[in-house]
Amino acid sequence: MGQTLILTGNQAAALGAKLCRVQVIAAYPITPQSKIPEVLSEYVERKELKAEFVRVESEHSAMGVCISASLVGARVFTATAANGLAYMHEQLHWAAGARLPIVMPVANRGLGAPWTILNDMQDTISQRDTGWIQFYCQNNQEILDQVILAYHVAEQLLIPIMVCFDGFRLSHTMMPVNVPSQDEVDAFLPSFKPPYLLDPDKPVNINPVVMTDPMPDPEGTLCPGYMGFRRRLQEDLESALAVITESGKIFEESFGRTYLDPLYRYLSEDADIVFVTMGSLASELSETADILRDQGIRAGVVGVRVFRPFPAVVLAEALRGVKGVAVVEKAISYGYEGALNTELKAALFSHNGHRPAVFNYVVGLGGKDVKPTDLVEPAREVLDALEQGVRQEHPRWLGREI
Amino acid sequence: MSTAILDLPEQEFVMPGTRTCAGCGLPIAYRYILKALGPKTIVTLPACCLTILHGIYPKTPIAINAVNNTFASTAASASGLVAGLKATGQDDYTVLAMAGDGGTFDMGIQALSGAAERETNFIYVCYDNEAYMNTGVQRSSATPTGAFTTTTPVIPKEQPKKDFIQIMEAHHPAYLATTCSSYPGDLYNKFVKAKAITGTRFIHLSIPCPAGWGYPTKDTIKIGRLAVETGVVVLYEVEDGNMRLTGKTLSIARSGRKRPAEEYLKLQSRFKKMLPEQAEVFQRQIDTRWEQLLQRAGI
Repeated sequence: MGQTLILTGNQAAALGAKLCRVQVIAAYPITPQSKIPEVLSEYVERKELKAEFVRVESEHSAMGVCISASLVGARVFTATAANGLAYMHEQLHWAAGARLPIVMPVANRGLGAPWTILNDMQDTISQRDTGWIQFYCQNNQEILDQVILAYHVAEQLLIPIMVCFDGFRLSHTMMPVNVPSQDEVDAFLPSFKPPYLLDPDKPVNINPVVMTDPMPDPEGTLCPGYMGFRRRLQEDLESALAVITESGKIFEESFGRTYLDPLYRYLSEDADIVFVTMGSLASELSETADILRDQGIRAGVVGVRVFRPFPAVVLAEALRGVKGVAVVEKAISYGYEGALNTELKAALFSHNGHRPAVFNYVVGLGGKDVKPTDLVEPAREVLDALEQGVRQEHPRWLGREI
Repeated sequence: MSTAILDLPEQEFVMPGTRTCAGCGLPIAYRYILKALGPKTIVTLPACCLTILHGIYPKTPIAINAVNNTFASTAASASGLVAGLKATGQDDYTVLAMAGDGGTFDMGIQALSGAAERETNFIYVCYDNEAYMNTGVQRSSATPTGAFTTTTPVIPKEQPKKDFIQIMEAHHPAYLATTCSSYPGDLYNKFVKAKAITGTRFIHLSIPCPAGWGYPTKDTIKIGRLAVETGVVVLYEVEDGNMRLTGKTLSIARSGRKRPAEEYLKLQSRFKKMLPEQAEVFQRQIDTRWEQLLQRAGI
């Protein structure tokens, strides 16, 4: 039977990895993730977890270790944040291209320069196009659950998954977390069955140079060129939402908590104005929605839990009757607008042609505090703009900055 | 004693039809490395000349399991193979990491230093052809003084070659050796010995490169031999801090018949604009190192 523990987000992530019986861990400490490798190294040294812990000298090597350990059939784990994630960048492409079911929590943190150790989502949003699945967490329960869920999904699809959660706001905040028993997790997540096994009699050259066009093997069978391999990755990501939902269904049967919906929804069904956001901001904005409702404004929240694959159809459907949308996010594609904003507009354009007023608010960069009351004004701004038929040209930065 | 060619295992792991340049020293060495290590070997390699040797999908002339990885992470990849194989009960594999001088002296140094410090149980081979040959002969920190490269095209390289072997020795690996593709017996013996040792084993392998060094492709063995006979390359091994000269180097040291470096330099067009003063410095550096190594070996 499970039990409820009071855990930080980092402890929840480490405990999730332990419950998944990860076999190889390679991690380099970076604030605010450092506690994850610390806790895991203690599990390993106390023999509570049977795993190889490789205390690497960098994040680039952490992912290098994970890639090669996964290639020979081990269930692997790492965790990072911010510049550590950026330092891994080429390895992230490599891991996805090599189709390896690596699971990596990221304690979201802003990127230098100038240095900040505090939270925003610029780090993981910047890795959007690496071919990884990205789950975002709203609280510590979701961190633990989504680490476990991530292995279930990743090992079916052979696609790596980042489990992203706000640095400090979740990584260092204690919350009650229902922790399932080892037997329950074992029943949900059997040991990793690699798609092939090494055989000295049938040697293979893994991740070699490929040509642009299909080439025949010695028997004359045409084998894929570069685009063939990459198309398969895209196709599997396109069908990944169904796999995530199916795994979510089994998760619900096993643990009673539901992850069927790629979105978190709060009062969004009848809302005139909906906040679209990610991560723990969804909690803050739920309070904002309550404040707005008290003021007679029908506000709601849609939190994007699965950012890659992007749930475009579900999201467009969720906003079908909405008049105005305020996209509130802690990241920006410099020179344009927030990535979530762009992707939401694309989803609306592609899937229902519905054109609510979509305004973008950049908040909370480098740990800037975001209070629920801070987001009341943006909601009113969107509604006013609707009346006046005004559209937003550039994202608005909320932060009382000089 | 070097193993005689006729006594080498007959099983081949490098099949005919590799894609390396004509006269490349790498497939010669690789053939004997794999004969020494045998079929239960897994090699990890970055983007380098060895990638070319391993061929283009879906064909490969190499009959052992191989993993390709990113440029800076060869030793990290090896660490992952060691950990993954151990965690899955397959630790009877020999893990071989093999990268060029760019992937070792330069970009790969961090991961290699980390893996060596962690006493990772693997064999790391730096095959050194003294420039970024795979991308078209650009300068590396392994390029010797006075050599032309495509990024030192007008003024030949002014700085000396990085003494990477000393850097690796400072990590106190379980085994360290230098060898050269022109001496298969010496090379084979060192890999047989390395295979039997547990811990980090580092082997520096000198590989002449006709395309980058500017000599006729038929002369690869000759140039490698001249490198050793002039003391540009010194064959030795270090176990538990004990260093001993091996093979041809040992016999030259005993006979005192080290040849002048000029004989080595003049056969390679990369040195054609070397100034007489530079050649003197080059010779002096070789002599100093030679004396130090001989003294250390007790000769």
